[in-house]
Amino acid sequence: MSEPAVQPRRGYSVRTLPGFAVMAVFCFIALYAPIIILVVFSFNAGTSLAIWEGFSLRWYAQAAANEAVQEAAVRSLILASIAATVATVAATMAALATTRTRRFPGRTMIYALINQPLMVPEIVTAVALLIVFAWIKVATGHTSLIYLITAHTAFCIPFAYLPIRARLETMDYTLETAARDLYASPWNVFSRVTLPLMWPGIIAGYMLAFVISLDDVVITEFVKSAGQETLPTFMLGQLRRVVTPEINAISTVILAAGAILVSLFFWLSRGRK
Amino acid sequence: MTDASLHTGPAAGELEREAEQADNRSRWMLSTPAIVIICLAAAGPLMVMVLYSFLTPGDYGNVKWEFSTQAWVNTILQRDIFDDTLMWADAHLSIFWRSLSLSLITTVLTFVFGLPTAWFIATQPPGKKEFWLFLVTVPFWSNLLVRTIAIQELIRAEGVINNTLKFLRIIDEPIQMMFTDFAIAFGMTYVYLPLMVLPIYAAVDKLDFRLVEAAHDLYATRWRTFWRVILPLVKPGIIAGSILVFIPSLGAYVTPRVLGGGKNLMFGNLIELQFGQGRNWPLGAALSLMLMAAVMVALIWYVRVTSRERADV
Repeated sequence: MSEPAVQPRRGYSVRTLPGFAVMAVFCFIALYAPIIILVVFSFNAGTSLAIWEGFSLRWYAQAAANEAVQEAAVRSLILASIAATVATVAATMAALATTRTRRFPGRTMIYALINQPLMVPEIVTAVALLIVFAWIKVATGHTSLIYLITAHTAFCIPFAYLPIRARLETMDYTLETAARDLYASPWNVFSRVTLPLMWPGIIAGYMLAFVISLDDVVITEFVKSAGQETLPTFMLGQLRRVVTPEINAISTVILAAGAILVSLFFWLSRGRK
Repeated sequence: MTDASLHTGPAAGELEREAEQADNRSRWMLSTPAIVIICLAAAGPLMVMVLYSFLTPGDYGNVKWEFSTQAWVNTILQRDIFDDTLMWADAHLSIFWRSLSLSLITTVLTFVFGLPTAWFIATQPPGKKEFWLFLVTVPFWSNLLVRTIAIQELIRAEGVINNTLKFLRIIDEPIQMMFTDFAIAFGMTYVYLPLMVLPIYAAVDKLDFRLVEAAHDLYATRWRTFWRVILPLVKPGIIAGSILVFIPSLGAYVTPRVLGGGKNLMFGNLIELQFGQGRNWPLGAALSLMLMAAVMVALIWYVRVTSRERADV
């Protein structure tokens, strides 16, 4: 064959390397097995995390009735909703400012600042926040959720920004030009053309920010005041005690919530291409 | 400058510049909320931390406002309590070494498992590729703490692995896996594996298989083709994956805390210790800045290597 083969020959393919498929399948099993075992034992009737004693929902009932869990779950949700909302609004504005433009003075700096939380290890940001917020807390005596909200908003911004920016960069600019040619006011162009077009990106950014806030443990652990446990920090604290399948039940709920949000995120960002 | 103003007239040039400036202003104003929040709760506090690393520790945590470079000295040296001589802070050095070696081991392990996985996904037929890719991405987006707990429940003394081995009568006594360096490396490999797979996948996906075929046609063995053709072409993905795994491993906090316990500390846990029982905030600040510097070095190395790679091509 002188022409380059488009389809690899059957039987012998340059695309298969010996042992690679076996390793890959092993990896997929290894990626899911621990999670599946964790989920399975959340339905265990006994107190063991490794010996199956029959199906039961008792640990879910126990977790749902646990006031500490209820409080932490509500706090996590409030925190994630506020942080993700503020972060998405700020990120949308910043994305509008930094895309579809020539280089303007300071663009690289804005870009670097927005992505800064991604570049620094979380533990470093966490202790830096601990220092500053301890100072403010001592000076003002004020201890509300505002510290956690600010901290979460900050590290959610880059996660909300990236999908919104990606959406903006692939959007058809001619539609907005057409609207402008037809004498639409700047506000009308934005609210009737730009915003509806970038909506999937905004929702995707919001989902991502929400998941990131919901999952955060390091920064929350250092910023929270006494009695401000979120679900992840509550679980981290519980690990020091005797672990029962109640932890598995809470974990399973968190996994399910995360999986739904991430699937929605993927579904929304697929429309991009 | 003068030529342009002659042709277009000073008014036109002026107008254009004004429009440009107005555009710049509005772009900055739009970015302001994001910048303010990040300066307030991410970038700004890092600056304050630089200041704190030069202060004296307070008696009950926090700081006294007296200048001191002691914290920086204490990151690697300690004073003998009896004769006041300076010597290496062995406890810190062993933790640095554990962080570095465990991060490197994690990077190597994720590569060993990640390359075949990425290759497998990239060589699937187009319709199935997305499915396998999705399977790798889902664990990556699921809660890190929950995944760490899953590993903990697996390797506990009464965990699934030990129980299975006991059931099969391979062992009589449970193997102690929790609270060891093995547990940390195992856990980090598990949680960071997708970070290695995704960039290598992207590189294999772009691989021109005609080059691989050409190598075969020229009688290269499989091994030689792999070593001389495939690996060099996939290298950018491998480097990207390695940096994506190495950096979070070096700064890991949750995984070593849960799986390593109180004795097998890593860099992140050493930092936490200074803000908790250690009551030495300046030292904690100095250690944090050291960790940040280490991450920056890794990032700069990455940028330099990739720009050199691009120059080669």
